[in-house]
Amino acid sequence: MKPPPFEYAAPSTVEEAVSLLVQHDGEAKVLAGGQSLMPLLNMRFARPAAVIDLRRVAGLTDIREEGGALVIGAMVTKRAIERSTVVANRQPLLHAATRWIAHPQIRNRGTVGGSMAQADPAAEYPAVAIALDMELDMVGPGGSRRIPAADFFVTYLTTALEENEVLTAIRVPVFPSGTGWSIQEVSRRHGDFAMVGAITTLRLDGGRVADPRIVLFGVGATPLRARGAEETLAGSEPSEDAFAAAGAAVAAEIEEPLSDVHASADYRRHLARVLTQRALAEAARRAT
Amino acid sequence: MSSDTPKEPMRHAVSLRVNGREHTVEVESRMTLADCLREKLALTGTHLGCEHGVCGACTVLVDGQTARSCLMLAVQADGAEITTVEGLAVDGELHPIQEAFVEEHGLQCGFCTPGFLMSIHELLAENLNPSDDEIRDVLGGQICRCTGYQSILRAVHSAAAKLRAANPAREPSAA
Repeated sequence: MKPPPFEYAAPSTVEEAVSLLVQHDGEAKVLAGGQSLMPLLNMRFARPAAVIDLRRVAGLTDIREEGGALVIGAMVTKRAIERSTVVANRQPLLHAATRWIAHPQIRNRGTVGGSMAQADPAAEYPAVAIALDMELDMVGPGGSRRIPAADFFVTYLTTALEENEVLTAIRVPVFPSGTGWSIQEVSRRHGDFAMVGAITTLRLDGGRVADPRIVLFGVGATPLRARGAEETLAGSEPSEDAFAAAGAAVAAEIEEPLSDVHASADYRRHLARVLTQRALAEAARRAT
Repeated sequence: MSSDTPKEPMRHAVSLRVNGREHTVEVESRMTLADCLREKLALTGTHLGCEHGVCGACTVLVDGQTARSCLMLAVQADGAEITTVEGLAVDGELHPIQEAFVEEHGLQCGFCTPGFLMSIHELLAENLNPSDDEIRDVLGGQICRCTGYQSILRAVHSAAAKLRAANPAREPSAA
């Protein structure tokens, strides 16, 4: 359990990091907090020629507000999110989701950008990104670009990041006033990856559910936005029956849930239904 | 996938402060902080269990915050202040957290204990009155296969009480 040999560089600008990636022509890996890459190196699942550490790169650790969105640097740690009153006040779903991620010891080093770029299908942040319509900023040899979360997560552990690009920030919209939200998940132990998780957001408009958003994670290769269930729910009165119907619609919408040693496909489908129902009830209670 | 491994592995001079002492060591890029502490500095109190961040036995403080030393490269610790389990006792006197572990049977085989102690140290440095839930949140990041956690929970409460008594002004000590 020791990493294979590699070269190491700790550039001080994003541009320098990008040129190192170009130099290594697809054989280098970007190191952020190391909480996913280091296990892969230790187990030798990853054997990069070089590791490009972002720890010295300036400007990647800020949290600021910009035109109705929080702009969070890619190297901001989960612990910093957890402790940020700005995040707690302005985007409570992102804040709450953070407490579900691993343990304090891991959150001390694990970063926002690292979670997005790793794109684990059972991870919280990619699902929150889809639920909130976040945008992601990246820089490559040709300059910078910004893409919506819906286009970022491609499949298991695979994103739209090109091999010579560095993720620099995420842009997190704040909620329209009155929005209710919830995140629910089931795992063997608190802090383990979710078997299944559900995120919901909604508003109440004249006593009826408006703009419901339902996102599941741990059920497939990427976070799943359950559009069918959202349509079923939109315009209904918030009630246990309506939420149960949405849960059933979610269960029907998951084409092929993961099936592994942690949970069978049937159990995951069951969890998706129940967690959706709970998350909708909680979101409705929070909506004003 | 690179087939040609570098002929001569890249080495780095790393300066770090461990338990208050300055060290400069030469390490390969791939050496973890855990291996650096154990092999270069002979600080074998930091234990390696799973080597992928799950078990928590190798937890140390990096600039006051817990980190898995198996998930950090030694070269990343350049300029950092590290505290390991060896840094807890002063002049042969056990740290109050260690005393509490002894008194409350917070350990049996002791393999996982160094990591527990460091995680609890971080918790109590911020909060001398943690609730059961707050303690469990922290202990959740550490795995013990023989004690069963309940006595560790009691040890944390007992250590917090000792530290409160020793620091009536609620000034958590750094070491």
